[in-house]
Amino acid sequence: MDWGILVALLAAAVQSGTPVLFATLGEMLSEKGGVLNLGVEGMMSVAALAAFLTAYFTGSPWLGFLAGGLAGACLASLHGVICVGFLGNQVVSGLALTILGLGLTHFFGTPYIGLAAPGFSKFAVPGLADLPVLGGILFRQDALVYVSYVLPVAFWFFLQRTRPGLAVRAVGEMPAAVAAAGLHPLRLRLFAAVAGGFLVGLGGAYLSLAYTHLWTNGLSAGRGWIAVALVIFAFWRPGRAVAGAYLFGGVMAFQLRLQATGTNLPSSLLLMLPYALTVLVLALSAWRGRGADAPAALGVNIEPEG
Amino acid sequence: MPALRVIKRDEPWRGGALAIVLGALAFSLGAGILMLAAQGKSPVQGAVVLWQGTFGNVFALEDALRKSVPIFLCSLGVAVAFRMQVWNIGAEGQFALGAIGATWAALTFPGLPKIVLLPVMFLAALLAGGLWALIPAWLKLKLKVSEIITTLMLNYIAILLLDYLVFGVWKDPTSFGFPMTPEFSPAAILGPIGGTRLHWGFAVCLVAGVGLWAFFRFTLLGYELKAGGEGARVARYAGLPYGFLVGFVMTVSGALAGLAGCVETSAVLGRLQPSLMAGYGYTAIVVAWLARLEPLPIALASFLLAVLRVGVENLQLEMQIPAAYGMIMEGLILLSVLAGQFFQTFRLGRREG
Repeated sequence: MDWGILVALLAAAVQSGTPVLFATLGEMLSEKGGVLNLGVEGMMSVAALAAFLTAYFTGSPWLGFLAGGLAGACLASLHGVICVGFLGNQVVSGLALTILGLGLTHFFGTPYIGLAAPGFSKFAVPGLADLPVLGGILFRQDALVYVSYVLPVAFWFFLQRTRPGLAVRAVGEMPAAVAAAGLHPLRLRLFAAVAGGFLVGLGGAYLSLAYTHLWTNGLSAGRGWIAVALVIFAFWRPGRAVAGAYLFGGVMAFQLRLQATGTNLPSSLLLMLPYALTVLVLALSAWRGRGADAPAALGVNIEPEG
Repeated sequence: MPALRVIKRDEPWRGGALAIVLGALAFSLGAGILMLAAQGKSPVQGAVVLWQGTFGNVFALEDALRKSVPIFLCSLGVAVAFRMQVWNIGAEGQFALGAIGATWAALTFPGLPKIVLLPVMFLAALLAGGLWALIPAWLKLKLKVSEIITTLMLNYIAILLLDYLVFGVWKDPTSFGFPMTPEFSPAAILGPIGGTRLHWGFAVCLVAGVGLWAFFRFTLLGYELKAGGEGARVARYAGLPYGFLVGFVMTVSGALAGLAGCVETSAVLGRLQPSLMAGYGYTAIVVAWLARLEPLPIALASFLLAVLRVGVENLQLEMQIPAAYGMIMEGLILLSVLAGQFFQTFRLGRREG
C-alpha cells in the first residue's frame, strides 16, 4: 500500500467519523447532565431528513445543517420532558424515541428517495492543505468537518471552564447538591438533554448533507448506537471521543473500500465489522477498569418533593 | 391563576394502570390518524380503513392472532429480563438465532419423523437463542459491559448472519436467486389447528405463558423477580449469586425469543428468508412495558399491537401509507404510557398557601 492510498483512506476515516463524533459529543453532554438518551439512532435519522428537506426546499445547506440540529433538539426535548418531567424510565423512553424517530423518517422520507439536495463539498484550506500527509487527511474536507475540529475543544471548555458547564456536570453527579446551591436541577437536566440533542442532530445532518447528497432511508445505519457506545469507550471525555469516532470512521471507510474493490468476502460479513468492533472496543475499555467514570446520577431521575 | 403542584399519592392509583394504557392508546391513535393529513391523505378515511383492517373482519383478526404469537413469546422474554433490571433489548437478534437454529435442524435432518424433528428444532432454537443472549450476560458480568449496547449490536450481527446464510450457504439453488432456504420437509412444519388458519404455535404460547406465570407465582426466585427492583437486591433475597441470576434471566429471555423464531419460521414461512425479521423483537419491548411485565397483560397487549400491525398493513394496501407508520404508532404509544405512568404515583393538586 503506497502513501496515496493510505492518505485517502485516512481522509475517508475522518469523513465517516465526523457524524459519529457530533453524535457522540451530543450524547456525552446529555449524559454529563444525568440524562441517558438511547434515542440517538432515531434522532440522527430524523435530523438527517430534516436537514435534507430544508436544504432541498431552501437551497441552503447551512440552513439544512441548522434544521438538523433543531430536529435533534426537538426529539431530545420530548425525551427530556418524559424523563425529567414525568420520571419516565430513561432506558425505555430512549428506545421509544428511536422507534418513533426511525418510523417518522421512513414515513416522511420515502417520497424523496433518490432526490438530491445542495450539500457541502470538500475544499482545501489554503496553506494547511499543503502540509505533507496531514494536509491531505485533515484539510481537504468539507466545512462541517472543520466545524467538528473546533467542537471537542469548545465542548471541553464549556464543561470544565464555565459556570453553566460546572452546573451541568454537578446535576449529573449529585442533583441534590445543585438544588442546595439554589440552582434548578430539572432545568439543567432539560438543558443538557436538549443541547445534547442539538449536537446529535448536527451529526444526523452531516449524513444527508455531506456524507451523501442523496436521500435514502436508513442513513443512520446503527451510527447512533455506536455513538452511545463511544461515550462509554471515551470515559465521558471529549478527547477520547475524537479518537473513538475516527477509529469507527476508519473501519467503515475500510469496509466500503473493500467492498468497492470486489473481494470474495460476502458483504453481510463485512457489514458486521463496525457492530462487532463496538462490542470488542467496549469489552477492551471495560477490561481496563474505568467504568467508574460515568456520572454518578446517570439514568437516575430526580423525584419531586412533597 | 391557581397554581398547581405535584403531590405524591398516599397509595398508588388503583385502576390507574388500565386507565393510563387506554389513555395512551387513544392519544396515540388520535395523533397517528391526524398525521395522515401530513401526507395528504384523509384522516377520516384512514380511521375507517384501519378499523376495517382490524376488528372489521374475521380474516384480519385471524391474521392478528397469528402475528401476536412471536410478539407474545419475545415479550415474555423481555419481561423476565426487565424485571431484574437487566435491559435485554436483543430479542430481535435472539429471535433470528432461534430461527437459524431451527432451520439448521430442519435442513440437517429432513428425513426424521415429525415427532422427533420438531422437538429437535425447538431444542436447537432454545439453545441458539439462549446462548446468543449469554454473550451479553457474560460480558456484563465479567467486564461490566452495558448489556444495552451489546444486545443491540448483537441484533445487527444476528440479522446480518441470517442474511449471510440465506444469501450463501443455505440458499435454495432453485430459488432463481431469491435469498431463501429450500422449503422445509413436511415433518418440520408446525401445522394448523383443525381447519383454522391458526397454528400450533398457540399451544407453545400457552405452555410458555402458564409456565412463566407459575414460575412467578409459586417459586421463591420467581417471586423475588416479580417483586422486581435492582438485580443485586433480588439476588440477596433469593440467596443466589447475582452472576447466576443475570445468566439465568438472560438465557430464559433469549430462549423464549429463540422459540418465537422457531415457531414463526416453521409454522408461518416454512423456510428461512429475510422477511422473517419484521421487528417483532422491538414491538415486544413496547408490549412488555405496556403490560407492566405481567404475563396475562402481555398476552392482551401482544394481541392489541398485532391488531395494530394488521391494521397498518391494510392502510398500506388501501391508501399507500408507508409501513413505517406502524413504528410511529408504537413509539407514540410507548412514550405516552411512560409519561402517563407518572400519574400512578403522583397527582396534581392545588398549591397551598
